[in-house]
Amino acid sequence: MDWGQIFTNAAGELLSPVTAAYALAAIGISVHFGYAGLLNFGQAGFMAIGAYAFVVPILSFDAPLWLAFLSAILASVLFAFLLGVPTLRLRADYLAIVTIASAEIVRYVVSTTGLTAVTGGATGLSGFNSGFTAINPFPDGVYGFGPWTYTENQLWIRVFGWSLVILASILVFLLMRSPWGRVVKGIREDEDAVRSLGKNIYAYKMQALILGGVLGSLAGVIYVLPRAVQPTNYGTTLTFFIWTMLLLGGAATVFGPIIGAMIFATLLTLSDSILRGLISADIITFISGTQAGQIRFMIIGAVLMLLVIFRPQGIFGNKKELSFNV
Amino acid sequence: MSDTIVTHPLVVGEVGPGCKKVDPIVVADNVTRTFGGLTAVDVAHVEIPRGAITALIGPNGAGKTTFFNLLTGFDKPNTGDWSFEGHSLARVPAFRVARKGMVRTFQLTKSLGRLSVLQNMLLGATKQPGENMFTALVKPLWRKREEEITAKAEELLARFSLDAKSDDYAASLSGGQRKLLEMARALMSDPVLVMLDEPMAGVNPALTQSLLGHIKQLKEEGMSVLFVEHDMHMVRHISDWVIVMAEGKVVAEGPPDTVMRDQAVIDAYLGAHHDTDLGEMTGANPVVEAKEAAAKVAAKKEGTV
Repeated sequence: MDWGQIFTNAAGELLSPVTAAYALAAIGISVHFGYAGLLNFGQAGFMAIGAYAFVVPILSFDAPLWLAFLSAILASVLFAFLLGVPTLRLRADYLAIVTIASAEIVRYVVSTTGLTAVTGGATGLSGFNSGFTAINPFPDGVYGFGPWTYTENQLWIRVFGWSLVILASILVFLLMRSPWGRVVKGIREDEDAVRSLGKNIYAYKMQALILGGVLGSLAGVIYVLPRAVQPTNYGTTLTFFIWTMLLLGGAATVFGPIIGAMIFATLLTLSDSILRGLISADIITFISGTQAGQIRFMIIGAVLMLLVIFRPQGIFGNKKELSFNV
Repeated sequence: MSDTIVTHPLVVGEVGPGCKKVDPIVVADNVTRTFGGLTAVDVAHVEIPRGAITALIGPNGAGKTTFFNLLTGFDKPNTGDWSFEGHSLARVPAFRVARKGMVRTFQLTKSLGRLSVLQNMLLGATKQPGENMFTALVKPLWRKREEEITAKAEELLARFSLDAKSDDYAASLSGGQRKLLEMARALMSDPVLVMLDEPMAGVNPALTQSLLGHIKQLKEEGMSVLFVEHDMHMVRHISDWVIVMAEGKVVAEGPPDTVMRDQAVIDAYLGAHHDTDLGEMTGANPVVEAKEAAAKVAAKKEGTV
């Protein structure tokens, strides 16, 4: 059993583009749930919208990269708007139901055979990455050290992905310290009170829903940039992974979603490689490699339960702030 | 009383349910609200005087809070119209009603628990450009206004003796302090009419006096006040005008001492048969009984020490 390889893999996961995508999506939910109190259980849907709205224009219409990005952003704004119009006037629970259902609708629509020509059906889409690698500013070569050794293209996607994460964090930080953020947090506490103070809470909730949705869709773009689009990735599991990361880090915090995503992604890889290592070294004989892939989710589930019981505010959350939540 | 015409400086002509005021701030006509088969509010005509403290009283289920919710846009009426300072406000969303200067509080206090007391106050302010999502990103655009409203908030907090709590989470305040915070927050927007839904509910007696003082001060500063209340002592003590509702209708109106003697009010509160003898219960004086009980306890204590 090669412990060195196991830890190298796990450490590499810290800065992988997938982790960056998770972090960005978690920041989106942090805006929704942590600050505005909106229960979005369909972040995977926003990610799927982002991924497909980015890839389809490139493959079907030969669109330039910037147009593809714009399309991903606009599509998620539209999607958030469609979800928000009927549900934001209702209680928070309704948004939860609608988002979880619409994320599934998105997934089924893109994988339907009728749309294979556009979305690639169940096999998904690939071969759209050349435009992104073409604008790589890094010359050919090998960069970094130890577990973080990258080729120029691997470095480019990481730099790009994490820059987006940092920009999103700064944006959220600036917004949440402003009076706009104060109104949004007030809505999380009590809608009627904020309404009685003359604020149009419907507009604020819509803005928060759109902001978090756009972050989710950018996460979808980062998620697919280094590889292909696979419709099966956008199931409810993805949404709940992101929720776990958010709660792990602390919901209404700036660094919470980022650190939560890093820890979660690393733990996922670590538990998987350790289990597989133990199996191949014949230390664990009663489970197979495929079963190990499932068992790590059980471990993650148990960790999540312990977290919620012993540290409900997450790593960065303020215990005082949470304990008042009556 | 029925033969003589009663007049009052706030009223044009005769005093009675739905009478015309000299200077009304709110005028409501034919306001009805039904829940299924139940008519919760059925107000033919009522006017609320400007610059006065008006109490809206009535037994449980009289439709006071529903009427309150209708006026402030928190509920939609089946029929009816009302105007506030001459502008029609029927079916206008609650946040627009608040912006017009008609600000309300709630029976069950709605302090924003996980915001600090100061943040609660700042939320009440108007014309903060930083509440727009885009200007929010550029601090210089809203810093000046933020300083102004912070100064104002601190002044109000000092007046309501909450200044020491300014940085605490609102959730850590006591029930009475939350009532004070809610009232102070409502004042941040310089309202014309303050609507208080049961300001005394759940407030301990020590705070009652200061709350009463604050309400009176609102009037001194030129605001009009409309409040819903069950505590008759408070109604008698601070209100200039009393409107009595029963079964959704306005059944009586007048200055507090006259209204309390009105037969319609007594019937509404106590039932038309309240004179019927209940036997031993009559003549019991709860105040005397409480005093006797307290004396007994005190005597017992002294004996044991």
